[in-house]
Amino acid sequence: MFRNQYDSDVTVWSPQGRLHQVEYAMEAVKLGSATVALKNKQFAVLIALKRAVSELSAYQKKIIPIDDHIGISMSGLTADARMLSRYMRTECLNYRYAHDAPMPVGRLIGMVGNKMQICTQRYDKRPLGVGLLVAGYDDQGPHIYQTCPSANFFDCRAMAIGARSQSARTYLEKHLTSFHDCDLQDLVAHGLRALRDTLPNEVDLNTKNVSIAIVGPKTPLRVADEAELSRFLALVEGEERRGGTATGDAAPSGEEPQPQVRIVIININ
Amino acid sequence: MSSIGTGYDLSASQFSPDGRVFQVEYAAKAVENSGTVIGLRGKDGVVFAVEKLVTSKLYEPGANKRIFHVDEHVGMAVSGLISDARQIVETARTEASNYRSQYGIPVPLKYLNERVSMYMHAYTLYSAVRPYGCAAIMGSWSEHDGPQMFMLEPSGVSFSYFGCAVGKAKQAAKTEIEKLKLADIPVKDLVKEAARIIYLVHDELKDKQFELELSWVSKDTKGRHQLVPKEIASEAENQAKQALADIEDSDEGDM
Amino acid sequence: MAFMGDTLSPAPLWHNGPTPGAFYNFPANSSNLGPASRPLQDFRAHSASPITTTTSVIAVKFDKGCVIAADTLGSYGSLARFRDCPRVMKVNDLIMLGSGGDYADFQYLRDIIEQKIIDEQCLGDGLNLKPRSLHCWLTRVLYNKRSKMDPLWNNYVVAGIQDGEPFLGAVDKLGTAYEDAAIATGLGAYMATPLIRDATEKGPLDEESAKALVRKCMEVLFYRDARSFPRYQLGVVTAAGVTIDDTVELKHDWSLAHMIKMK
Repeated sequence: MFRNQYDSDVTVWSPQGRLHQVEYAMEAVKLGSATVALKNKQFAVLIALKRAVSELSAYQKKIIPIDDHIGISMSGLTADARMLSRYMRTECLNYRYAHDAPMPVGRLIGMVGNKMQICTQRYDKRPLGVGLLVAGYDDQGPHIYQTCPSANFFDCRAMAIGARSQSARTYLEKHLTSFHDCDLQDLVAHGLRALRDTLPNEVDLNTKNVSIAIVGPKTPLRVADEAELSRFLALVEGEERRGGTATGDAAPSGEEPQPQVRIVIININ
Repeated sequence: MSSIGTGYDLSASQFSPDGRVFQVEYAAKAVENSGTVIGLRGKDGVVFAVEKLVTSKLYEPGANKRIFHVDEHVGMAVSGLISDARQIVETARTEASNYRSQYGIPVPLKYLNERVSMYMHAYTLYSAVRPYGCAAIMGSWSEHDGPQMFMLEPSGVSFSYFGCAVGKAKQAAKTEIEKLKLADIPVKDLVKEAARIIYLVHDELKDKQFELELSWVSKDTKGRHQLVPKEIASEAENQAKQALADIEDSDEGDM
Repeated sequence: MAFMGDTLSPAPLWHNGPTPGAFYNFPANSSNLGPASRPLQDFRAHSASPITTTTSVIAVKFDKGCVIAADTLGSYGSLARFRDCPRVMKVNDLIMLGSGGDYADFQYLRDIIEQKIIDEQCLGDGLNLKPRSLHCWLTRVLYNKRSKMDPLWNNYVVAGIQDGEPFLGAVDKLGTAYEDAAIATGLGAYMATPLIRDATEKGPLDEESAKALVRKCMEVLFYRDARSFPRYQLGVVTAAGVTIDDTVELKHDWSLAHMIKMK
């Protein structure tokens, strides 16, 4: 029934000093579709791949605005992401109310980290099954943060999480040095290429399944509308894919998901 | 560890037949998987050094620190699960702040240590929670008490030390620390020793990338805990690299 | 069995009315049991006046910063009780705070603000509180306290550098807040503001003229304000930081006092 006797509760340490429940929660992040975040010296950008549950449904939202200067992109359990986003929104509002200034991004992430840690240590709770990429802009410039179900968070120059995101991370690592000084157009193009590397061959990015959010100096967080999206997508259209096919854990996209799988997909994005 | 897997090791509120609480020991294992952290208490202050393992090139350099300020005069270096450790830091900060508001003076490290250890110990008593997977070293310097340093472990146990080490290479680090005459060394020299030890015990084969974090609290900093200034830190780091290269050279010479 | 409600002494059906399952509660019948016989109001005393008080705070902007001055007297009613009550404080490198009114309330809030700064330093993220944020925060705290009918009996003046520009703002015990180029609280509002306005209307001040102006105001206030004191603090904040001078004593000359005829 269990993989081992130490993985039933989040309150149980394994003899190797591991927390299996937390590690399993980390797996939930990989079930969601991929999302990429990157920044140059001015802007932070979120790019997400959206999924539709069926042909009749709309594409599920992946990017959630938090405040004028912060946005998040999620991968994993949608409901957990909404809980976190509500918390983050409240904290940003309270900070504005008390200090008449936008919440510094790093401080918000610290608070989220501490909140998420609580449920990795108590019998009556479970870790949150969601990973976030947070893009924000404050007095210290643009920021990208990654948060995990383990309540860990990382200050990043660029990052990708979600299904098959390793190929995106490979792309980002390869071009990491060029991000800082490139312009916004190129930055988004890099992000789109990284995201495209997570797709199976038959699928391509389009205005329906891609979502882009930008934040920067004098640029309040903006989720790109369809017109802007197609302008961005045109930047990388017709390019040859370099990451090659990403196969392996992915089901071929032409194939309809099994009914049981479908229930899972409703909750995970 | 014959009782492993017999079912007596699944809860912090359960003893094994031979009188051990395995969950606490397992939590300590989590600390041993983490980067090495050392604390050195010298003549006029305390120095912390952390081997922060960097697992991805995509992280911002210098971010995700493992050395924290608890109050103006208290520093804390942590090893183990960083998310657990941040909770301990938060508790320590709250304690320090409460003490200040009650008594109007900075909290004595001895008292702070006692409070935080009690807090950590409480998490080893109940089945509803798990012990913390982190260890912390706290240090301060004051005119009245001089340099002080304590190390807190997941069990809730804490002792005052002249030199201590936790994490992956704690044994090797301890051996190196024992060679030092700690009570005679001023912090400006201790920083170099600390950097050297971290570079020495770092295992390049298993963990490729790491960042060295250094902080101190001493007479020279007027009892304020602060990160070691850039020039001094990079000088200490360069000397550490040099010392390491010298050892490798002489090793080759021996062969 | 909280979910069943308080079965032993249920709430009355209406105000002073019968309680279900109980005898009718006759008014003024103290032997009645049940909630209706409890005191209708739980009276509570709130602060209604200050105890040990301090007087005016004078503050003015100049081209590159702000200057604040306040004397060091703590009055106990009309008694000049405490002579060393400093009330101009450095908050961080870019913020200075002055306070008038109840001295204990100021000390209480000062400790909280100092802890706020320590908390921020502990985070070590290189971000520092800005004067507008502190001004806003004080407004929320004071307004909140007054809304509980329990005000902190103070006037606060926040001076600092906000994104390179001088900032000067005031909050009173009711949570009324405003920003201005010249702020004077207490009696100073009546006696010093006109002097400062006069000077600032002639053109922007530099640091020295601003300091001289504030010193003049302190002198005028000392002659006229019966709760004032010749020893005062003077603080300056510029982009270079906060400097609060040691307490200085103003020179006073009463030789012309005989010319003032009281009839």
